[in-house]
Amino acid sequence: MRRFAGFVIKEFYHIFRDYRTLLILFGMPAVQLLLFGYVITNEIKDARIAILDPSKDEVTRRITEKILSSGYFILEKNLSSYNEIGPAFREGKTTLVLVFGKNFAEKLGREGKADIQILGDASDPNTANILVNYASGIINNYLISINIEQVPLKIIPEVRMQYNPELKGVYMFVPGIMAMLLMLISALMTSLSITREKELGTMELLLVSPLRPIQIIVGKVIPYVALAFIDACIILGMGKFVFGVPIQGSIILLLAESILYISVALSLGILISSITSSQQVAMTLSLVALMLPTILLSGFIFPIENMPWILQWFCQIMPPKYFIIIIKSIMLKGNGLTYIWKETGILVLFTLAFILLSVKKFKIRLA
Amino acid sequence: MTNNDNIITVKNLVKKFGHFVANDHLTFEVRKGEIFGFLGANGAGKTTAIRILCGLSYPTSGEVKVAGFDIYSQRDQIKRNIGYMSQKFSLYDDLTVYENIRFYAGIYGLSRKEIESRAGSLMKRLNLEDAKDKLIRDIPQGWKQKLAFSVAIIHDPKIVFLDEPTGGVDPITRRQFWNLIYEAARDGITVFVTTHYMDEAEYCDRVTIMVDGKIAALDTPPVLKKKYDAANMNEVFLKLARVKVEA
Repeated sequence: MRRFAGFVIKEFYHIFRDYRTLLILFGMPAVQLLLFGYVITNEIKDARIAILDPSKDEVTRRITEKILSSGYFILEKNLSSYNEIGPAFREGKTTLVLVFGKNFAEKLGREGKADIQILGDASDPNTANILVNYASGIINNYLISINIEQVPLKIIPEVRMQYNPELKGVYMFVPGIMAMLLMLISALMTSLSITREKELGTMELLLVSPLRPIQIIVGKVIPYVALAFIDACIILGMGKFVFGVPIQGSIILLLAESILYISVALSLGILISSITSSQQVAMTLSLVALMLPTILLSGFIFPIENMPWILQWFCQIMPPKYFIIIIKSIMLKGNGLTYIWKETGILVLFTLAFILLSVKKFKIRLA
Repeated sequence: MTNNDNIITVKNLVKKFGHFVANDHLTFEVRKGEIFGFLGANGAGKTTAIRILCGLSYPTSGEVKVAGFDIYSQRDQIKRNIGYMSQKFSLYDDLTVYENIRFYAGIYGLSRKEIESRAGSLMKRLNLEDAKDKLIRDIPQGWKQKLAFSVAIIHDPKIVFLDEPTGGVDPITRRQFWNLIYEAARDGITVFVTTHYMDEAEYCDRVTIMVDGKIAALDTPPVLKKKYDAANMNEVFLKLARVKVEA
């Protein structure tokens, strides 16, 4: 046991003497979270809008007012003819144009319907789509509000977005970043630290010593379990206190699942280092084989349901996918283990499979 | 055990990598307390053999006993009784001299008190006391080599295996290094050393010359020189290697 303790202490020395590692370990979660939380956001505020309003009556003014006071739009300019629409878009500032029909209020009053045209700048399709939805939503709300006074019977759907009422992007990014960073730190760092010993030749010395191979591996892994766990707490803490992402379910369950996921990543790191003996290769493998799939194929940013079936199949073998499901379920829905036992089981299976494979590899190398 | 004076016995050791035979029926004994040289050109199978003796690799077939223990079934006992130093002088660059000593002493299970006293006398012997808190990456190559050797025998093993310990080191440092080896041998540690420097063969009590995975000769340097009518070990080696090529 004393041997083992000395070994773990040595590992901590390595980590704390390498300021780059430290920077990655503790700087990255904060920076990533801030970046994803503030920069990459699907909510659009202050979009520039141009309005062509030939009617200029009470109703069009009310609608314009509603749109401009929503917080989503700022008036770029008032247009006076159709010919100005093209140039307005081409200038690049205006992303949405609202065109009212002629005699808007009068038509609405007499025929019960009036024309409104919404033009979006679809050179950026996502933004255009979102803005068009915002604008039509506001207009519909207005119509409903004036209809209430006139029509006695009416079905008004009341929409509520369960678990994320404001549709905040951070709710999605906190679990995603946690899955990505824990995977990266655990797998990359352990595979680097093991291959480093191989490159230095110290691995042979360790193998010749009375330390058992399992002790060497576990000793290498323990510091990273601790550090990755601290990272998990940083991410959860920042999510809660900086971005206001709630933790509805049990924190203990959440942390336990995080440790399980960390073990998956660590065993993957061990597997990587048992395949290769150079730090360079280990780094490339970890980054290419882990980072990109974690971002793209885990359902973190892009919904898995919309992918071609081959990719969907690939997604099934991505451990982060299951972890993201688990943390979302605990954090946002407040679920207990009864709802996520399947995903938890799959993560356990992943860990066992990776460890088994590494042990097999390790034996082959010794023979 | 056939002979109590033998600390290593190897019978018909064979190691194959696919079709390549790295060790072809090696049979030899190493006596307690001697400096046993394992010589040969690069690729002659020295490192393969030393790795098997250290338990870093399994033989394909053959019988091997180290310090009286069987390498198939008693690895743990062997590990406690041997020291090992490779050509890379494996110390940790980002740890200090003292931390390296403490770490290696620690994984061999020495108590804190023992570590203190042994580290102290070791640094004194190597004149490294002033460098105690220096990082390994900041000390000269020659020092690293001597330190690596001293660390390899810090737990007083019965045998120490040195795999090309003098590679890439200047002649003066090599000479000093051999003084350390003599000291260890005087303290009763059996030294098993591989090298491709033939002048170093003269320092050994007995040498084995490996050619193409086989043992071409095994005896004391004076006997070998006489037998092959050579002025030095280099000539002995060249003659042996040539016979091989002609055959």
